[in-house]
Amino acid sequence: MSNYLHSGLPSPVAAGDGLDRQFWDGLREEQLRLQRCRSCRGWQWGPEFCCHHCRSFEVGYEATAAEGTIYSHQRVWHPVHPALADQGPYVIVLVELPMAGNVRIVGNLLGDPRQPLQIGAPVTGVFEHHNDHEPAFTLLHWKGRD
Amino acid sequence: MSIERTLRGKVAVVGVAETEYYKWGQSPEPEFKLALRAVLAACADAGISPAQVDGFSSYSNDRSEASHLAAALGTDELRVAVMQWGGGGGGAAAAVANAAAAIATGQAECVVVLRALAQGQFGRFGQGPRVATVSGNGAHSVPYGLMSAAQMFAMRVTRFMHDHDVHQNALRAVALASYRHAQNNPRALMYGRPLDEADYDASRWIVEPFHLFDCCQENDGAAAMVLVPADRAKDFPHRPCYLMGAVSGSHRGAGASVHNDPTYATASFTTVAPRLYEMAGVRPADVDVLQSYENFTGGVVMAMVEHGFCAPEEVNQFFRLENFVAPGGRLPLNTSGGNLAEAYMHGLGLTIEAVRQVWGESTNQVPDADVSMMIAGPMVTPVSSCIFGSQATQ
Repeated sequence: MSNYLHSGLPSPVAAGDGLDRQFWDGLREEQLRLQRCRSCRGWQWGPEFCCHHCRSFEVGYEATAAEGTIYSHQRVWHPVHPALADQGPYVIVLVELPMAGNVRIVGNLLGDPRQPLQIGAPVTGVFEHHNDHEPAFTLLHWKGRD
Repeated sequence: MSIERTLRGKVAVVGVAETEYYKWGQSPEPEFKLALRAVLAACADAGISPAQVDGFSSYSNDRSEASHLAAALGTDELRVAVMQWGGGGGGAAAAVANAAAAIATGQAECVVVLRALAQGQFGRFGQGPRVATVSGNGAHSVPYGLMSAAQMFAMRVTRFMHDHDVHQNALRAVALASYRHAQNNPRALMYGRPLDEADYDASRWIVEPFHLFDCCQENDGAAAMVLVPADRAKDFPHRPCYLMGAVSGSHRGAGASVHNDPTYATASFTTVAPRLYEMAGVRPADVDVLQSYENFTGGVVMAMVEHGFCAPEEVNQFFRLENFVAPGGRLPLNTSGGNLAEAYMHGLGLTIEAVRQVWGESTNQVPDADVSMMIAGPMVTPVSSCIFGSQATQ
């Protein structure tokens, strides 16, 4: 299966401070792991060293379902990276995750890039493995859900 | 004894200047030389010796560092060197606030606000990173093709348009106003290059909902502004122009990464704008002319709503070209041509235009412009905005 975007974009690697390593490791195992506070049980994303609800430093990662709704979207036409010069339009979605405290995550919406886009539409996650990279990584995309 | 904590009426702008503006990468001179030229020209505009400048205030990590400027210009003494955190043009009014705060509290006597850009020398904004790997916040967006400023902000605007049924024509009106005004401003890079509805509608998408003409230019150049204590305002060639208020900041959680700002569909002014009006002692209806930073037109729409010029539900009615054209529109907007059509100097050009309106020296002058507002850098954090006033406001 070919990837959604042409190859040649920068590859994601875990931050040197370790803050998001469990997220990236989770995607390799087809699991969406996001930050959850061990003290107040609040979810948060993007990753931070302390909980923005209760300020505890006891913030861990928990797996959550890759199921959500489209919070907002964009259809990109103008390429700003050489790897995308011949890509044509592509769709980025901001997905809200109701089962993880409504935190949001960025991904691509699979399918026809000219498809109608609807805020509130339910989507489910699709893991896209990039095994030919060193280090290998996995992206989380989304597709419409009935 | 209570101490009144305000910037209202404490400082005056006495000189402004910009270098020639260039398309990005086309400045024949290095960035620091452009900065020197802008500062010297602003001092000449104020009729002061550069030796008297004792402070510099900038934003967006401007590379023309204060001590270097002071040494190169031979100033007598450096008393303040202030950098506003945050990227983009969010600091284009905060830099004025910080300069004014230094003067109002007796730290300095003559502070220059400046911004200089030479993208040929230092690389371009609107392009993705040419690197093999990306980590940190960028790792959560760049591999999905989300890496330019237009892409960073498009989803805020789309959500706002969805929530309030805002039409594309509202964004178009912002672009048309800037281009209309640029036709009277010889400094503007789009001088002699008018834009009409059909041109806009036919222009290509950059990223929905932004057409080409919804996006700012990228330019080389420099701009500068000289501030002094208000009690000296009448000692200079221009009419007095006082700072009535200047604020910066953002709402709770605005800086949450990976697009997790809890109040996402905003330009970041929901808590900032009320503080501006409180400090300045005016209401939206008192504003005679507005410069509102167009990184992207959708940000202008949200910023103006958050500054109380219309309700979200009124956007489609209010955002019409005829309302925005000087001199007679209901609220003349971006009267120099703004970032879209004059030049993208990270908003300092808009701040300067707000001053020129108070002085009565705009190329699209609004009669009796006593209250002149500038809104900086919508959708980033921190953002900022400020109001200048004529002698009549004091």
